[in-house]
Amino acid sequence: MNQKLYSKLIFELSRPGRRGHTLPQYKAETTSPFVLPAKYARSSRPALPEVDEPSVVRHYTNSSTNNFGVDTGFYPLGSCTMKYNPKINEAAVALSGIGSLHPAAPASTVQGALEIYSRLQSLLSEIGGMAEFSLNPFAGAHGELTGLMVVRTYHASRGEGEIRRKVLVPDSAHGTNPASAAIAGYNVVECRSLPDGTVNVDDLRSKLGPDVAAVMMTNPNTVGMFEKNIPEIAEAVHACGALMYYDGANLNALLGVARPGDMGFDVMHINLHKTFSTPHGGGGPGAGPVGVRAGLEKFLPMPRVVRDSDGSLRVLDDDTMSPAERTELDPLGRVSAWLGNYAVFVKALAYILTMGKDIEQVGPLACLNANYVLHSLSDLYELPIPGPCKHEMVFDGLRDKSTECTTMNVAKRLLDMGFHAPTIYFPLLFHESLMIEPTETESIETLDAFIKAMRDIAREAAEEPDLLKTAPLATPVRHPDENEAALHPKVTYQSL
Amino acid sequence: MNPYLPHTPEDIASMLGRCGAASLDELFSDVPAQLRLGKGGYALGAPMAEAEVNRYFRSLGKKNLETACFAGAGFYSHYCPAAVEAITSRSEFYTAYTPYQPEISQGTLQYIFEYQSMIASLTGMDVANASMYDGATATAEAMMMAVAASKKRRRVLVSATLLPAVSQVLATYAEGQDIILETVSDHNGATDRKALSEQLGAGDVAAVIVATPNRFGILEDFEGLAEEVHAAKALLIINTHASTLGVLRSQGEWGADIACGEAQSLGIPLNYGGPGLGYLACRQSLMRKMPGRIVGATTDDDGQRVFVLTLQAREQHIRRHKATSNICSNQGLMTLHAAVYLSLLGPEGLREVNETSASIAHDLVARLTAGGKLREKFAGREWLNECVLEIVDEGLTPRRILDACLERGILAGKIIGEKEIMVCATETCTPEDVKQYVEAVEAL
Amino acid sequence: MIKYLPTHEYIRIEGNEGYIGITAYAAKELGVVTYVDMPEEGDELTAGEEFGAIESRKAASDLFSPVSGEVLAVNEALEEDPTLINADPMTNWIVKVSIADHSELDALMDEAAYEASIK
Repeated sequence: MNQKLYSKLIFELSRPGRRGHTLPQYKAETTSPFVLPAKYARSSRPALPEVDEPSVVRHYTNSSTNNFGVDTGFYPLGSCTMKYNPKINEAAVALSGIGSLHPAAPASTVQGALEIYSRLQSLLSEIGGMAEFSLNPFAGAHGELTGLMVVRTYHASRGEGEIRRKVLVPDSAHGTNPASAAIAGYNVVECRSLPDGTVNVDDLRSKLGPDVAAVMMTNPNTVGMFEKNIPEIAEAVHACGALMYYDGANLNALLGVARPGDMGFDVMHINLHKTFSTPHGGGGPGAGPVGVRAGLEKFLPMPRVVRDSDGSLRVLDDDTMSPAERTELDPLGRVSAWLGNYAVFVKALAYILTMGKDIEQVGPLACLNANYVLHSLSDLYELPIPGPCKHEMVFDGLRDKSTECTTMNVAKRLLDMGFHAPTIYFPLLFHESLMIEPTETESIETLDAFIKAMRDIAREAAEEPDLLKTAPLATPVRHPDENEAALHPKVTYQSL
Repeated sequence: MNPYLPHTPEDIASMLGRCGAASLDELFSDVPAQLRLGKGGYALGAPMAEAEVNRYFRSLGKKNLETACFAGAGFYSHYCPAAVEAITSRSEFYTAYTPYQPEISQGTLQYIFEYQSMIASLTGMDVANASMYDGATATAEAMMMAVAASKKRRRVLVSATLLPAVSQVLATYAEGQDIILETVSDHNGATDRKALSEQLGAGDVAAVIVATPNRFGILEDFEGLAEEVHAAKALLIINTHASTLGVLRSQGEWGADIACGEAQSLGIPLNYGGPGLGYLACRQSLMRKMPGRIVGATTDDDGQRVFVLTLQAREQHIRRHKATSNICSNQGLMTLHAAVYLSLLGPEGLREVNETSASIAHDLVARLTAGGKLREKFAGREWLNECVLEIVDEGLTPRRILDACLERGILAGKIIGEKEIMVCATETCTPEDVKQYVEAVEAL
Repeated sequence: MIKYLPTHEYIRIEGNEGYIGITAYAAKELGVVTYVDMPEEGDELTAGEEFGAIESRKAASDLFSPVSGEVLAVNEALEEDPTLINADPMTNWIVKVSIADHSELDALMDEAAYEASIK
């Protein structure tokens, strides 16, 4: 990463008359060039920049040097599973015949693409212990929403749609859980956690009833603990007629260890951009496939990929369903225009094939890395929940609170030392949450360097707290005035 | 050794030592035995070498047919300049996540800010967010946003001329929100304004959703619509696929309150339908009702202009079940595609893309209909680069046209009815492709 | 007379009118207030129901009405500068309402009870 800010906006490089791309001049060869009637034409040119290609490329290349990615350095952002993004994954999308397909192309011309969808869904079913996956949801939160719509459609099919109005969510859950439940139309009821961060089974039991549609759980949960009472919880939830929803945000910890389907979960989503190594792209695109246990397949969203008796694959959509399929299926509806983020599927499939059986080492090594960090820092950082943790751990800030150095200070100082910060101030169970997820792709040398940095910071907090409170000092930009940004939002170049 | 797992047996032993554990298994002592994965593990094959993975995907690629593309229906085969790929494949960009730490994320924050500015300008709106999943979900979010802004109104009027996939996604989302969706019928391929007026007159309408170019490629005339919608105290949402805004009257110019749609047409490869890019923009007064991430400008301690995620209080990680939306991850990298694409093309390039595409499409349709086997289904309607053709010839079916064209390496369009095919052209379709297409149909 | 809700709204009562705002304690907990989502003049409020929201960088809280009544005025100064609430939450009320039913005030906390509740 650069230490000097490249600060221009592309608009500030614009000079009237410049162009960065040319187009074929076919217009002249057509019978009569099309002229747009004035009624439909925009009255003013859009304020897009006018820039030559070298300047565009240099602009964005410089800008990229102000960015920190997994390829730049260690990125222990808890709950986000920032593992290495293999390059063959990217290369596979670029191969001839893979990426250049139109989604409306007839099935006979896209058998390879449908094979990618079909094979990935069956591999995810194997790893999740589910009967079938829909790959259509675009992201984790979108998967949650889709999964809850499966739940909604299931209960409606049993005539209980109007009765079962509640979804139970642990208070330690990601914010997307309650938000997704609300968007799916459910009333959210929070369940309390025990001091060790796991769900309070008694509290959960007291909230179960004929009005509950589902219980959403993350396992390991957001404090990195395995919910060991899960068989008991699943039994109680099923006994009251509700479904168990598995938030796959932390599935990485369980690769090679346990399958959500075997724990009694009925519906789950997977974040391909976490567990299956596809890049996070500065915020996306990800993919949030939704899996269901046997018996719930018919509720999955449209469109779908199905295999015919001759072995060929076909896209099943509202306008192509046979009468028999129409009777058999009860889809929740549609959550995407087409079949989801296909290019992400290619990358996830490339990853699973590269790993093969080695994928069973992922969970154990991710947990080893996390516990190694935990044991190397717990003398200096407050560990509210003793280990062993699973793939991540939560510290409640520095042990020595007398310095008044906060988790924010620690996070910002890490940036100076060449590391991305952990997730901070989440989960909400602690005041100074510092959530570290090292992932399995990091070597002992990297972890040792990170541990040294964290220990140096703890020493700085004791010896030079005032310096620590001004961090970061060596990044391209210093602390931004976020209050000003929120008070007087300037969100376009035009408004600057 | 696995290439992505750096642990040597010695590393594992020494790390376990520090953890005070005798084996990796001991780290999972809290997982009940009956839940553990069986001894055989997953039914997966042996790890594949990179060359084998490469060969596998090449073999799959051969099972796909790359064609000249005359299909649209929401996804458009525009050319993606090489510089777009060169920039978006920089791993400083694609291996980063949501820019939570602005001090080391100015690259991401800056391109999102540029993207927001470009979308605001294209749509004629004041503000745009940092992207939605696709055009369909962006429209659903626009609907929920409008209903939230209206506070108590529940009815949303949706034109029958929206792409069917978009309408279906709206219906799926509306179900959970107790939104009453009502379809406004179409007349000769465009929204029936008389029907719309009547439905609006019945009151309690939170929003009206229309599209142009619509599901049939037709340019709709929204003259006076905004005034009518606003008089009923409802909001107007217009869905438009982004590239066409290079020439078409923008949502802002039509008086819309919210602009949304698919922006795949701005430098994003087809990729069999995803990832695309949903855009969402609105008037200033609705900014705080807008879902998703928003990047804003501010200054740092040194007084430099810098960018940060802002207005986060609206979002799920703070609002939880009271958030305006559950969206967390978006299509960040796809906004970089759009920003680089629009920077390269500029206003003139984008105008040319549209003019060239429209000219080729009109040329193709003129030639196809001249033969007498096909005619424009919605005669008298204006369209840009996409049009529905109806088969006049009794023995001819859209399937036969599709098959005949495929033999010449051409995807003829999208079949949308027993006698209807929707055709579309972009600047990637050559005069030779048009000639082949016309010959293939003439030979039938 | 000033009365309070457990959700940290106050109402300063002047005859048949009241001024609703948030308490100093709530303002401190929120941090710098960045936006206040206010109802419109003429809107009807219901006791115990939400009528708006207040945002800071780190939180967003719904605003609940202590009484039922009509919004007589909104504090437009907050649109320009919501941080006025941090400066002086009592002077910088959010909405002025008519009090339709004085008996609703009986259910509210008085100052002593409110002070005790935030201890």
